[in-house]
Amino acid sequence: MIAIIDYGAGNLFSVKNALDHLGAQSVVTKDAKELEKADRIILPGVGAFPDAMKMLGATGLIGTIKEQAQKKPLLGICLGMQMLFDKSFEFGETDGLGLIPGTVELMTPPGLLIPQIGWNRLLYNEKCRLLDGLGDEPYVYFVHSYAAVCESRYVAAYTDYGANVPACVSAGNVYGCQFHPEKSGEAGLMILRNFMKL
Amino acid sequence: MLAKRIIPCLDVRNGKVVKGVNFEGIKDVGDPVECAAEYNRQGADEIVFYDITASHEGRGVILDVVRETAKRVFVPLCVGGGIATTDDFRETLRAGADKVSVNSQAVKNPKLISDAAEIFGSQCVVVGIDAKRNGKGGYSVFINGGRVDMGLDLGDWVKEIEERGAGEICLNSIDTDGTKAGFDIDMLNFVCSRVKIPVIASGGCGKLTDFSEVFEKTDASAALAASLFHFRELTVGEVKQHLKEKNIPVRSI
Repeated sequence: MIAIIDYGAGNLFSVKNALDHLGAQSVVTKDAKELEKADRIILPGVGAFPDAMKMLGATGLIGTIKEQAQKKPLLGICLGMQMLFDKSFEFGETDGLGLIPGTVELMTPPGLLIPQIGWNRLLYNEKCRLLDGLGDEPYVYFVHSYAAVCESRYVAAYTDYGANVPACVSAGNVYGCQFHPEKSGEAGLMILRNFMKL
Repeated sequence: MLAKRIIPCLDVRNGKVVKGVNFEGIKDVGDPVECAAEYNRQGADEIVFYDITASHEGRGVILDVVRETAKRVFVPLCVGGGIATTDDFRETLRAGADKVSVNSQAVKNPKLISDAAEIFGSQCVVVGIDAKRNGKGGYSVFINGGRVDMGLDLGDWVKEIEERGAGEICLNSIDTDGTKAGFDIDMLNFVCSRVKIPVIASGGCGKLTDFSEVFEKTDASAALAASLFHFRELTVGEVKQHLKEKNIPVRSI
């Protein structure tokens, strides 16, 4: 059972639809017990970092998420990935979950548009089981203005948007995708399938 | 570097796919969910449903189409047609759309663009434009499916759209739409030189080289086509293969 954390952010049902399509059992929940029972957890997210952390805080789940991340695979998607880091500088400075060392900062690609919206290519870095079997560096779908700043050893794949931007990260049981695997066609579905097998 | 996107558009009325030639003489063929799934298999980077159902009650039907498609197709979905309020945005996004496109209503009430961008984020606000040469060296914006000239200058309008926080512009040239003689390169350059947000080219493509031409001669981020794909004159895969051969970055599957 995969628990999809519901803290009032969008795109929960896109993630749920993709998991249903792959035949994975999942539940959209804000109940700590469901997170404890689940064998995997997904933290989705669309919107701004401070609001999202505030809403997540209001669910009372932060302690449970940090605790469960020691025991089972946790996947953060888009803003959910950014929330895995120590802090973000979106609209001031806000603490994240601190599960992967690093910060989240505004991208400043010279001559390119912000947000990055569209299909960009994964550039493999550290080996990661989430990216198993994807073959020749596929395109995946991004929608973001901010990006993680962290050590290369946590980065499974970058994408080139004026600079190398962390696209897929991991540390222990904790995984994050800056792109939307649930909107990235076959490559995205393969990544979710890999997550189901971790 | 972002891939150039190929976007099939499905015109939907009362839950069925239709396609007008120059907005008239509509034929009724196909199930939109099946069509969307087929385009997804062909490698579409995004799929647009354009709802031309006239009545407001009909809106439930397109939302069902979106809901069903979102269960089977895992690329971004955009829905346009009849969107007039931020509540319309909300229910369309909730049904599973990733982007919502507004056209006539944005011209009549430009605040809709800024309100929607503020509530839902710029990334999901697409402003569609139907424009035509005005005979004086410029372009005018039309509404209601290209029937009504609003006396609005295209250059002024695209600036306002960007300032109000839209994420993308979908530019349809009434002059080239349905002609199959190629995208409107001049009109696209006119718009691309005035805004920084992505511009989707629409109207006029009839052959493979029209797609490479639009990416070679303009800064358009994407190309949209309806009947060409709908009547299987070309597949998305064929278009992408052609673009690849021309060294234009595209997502292959």
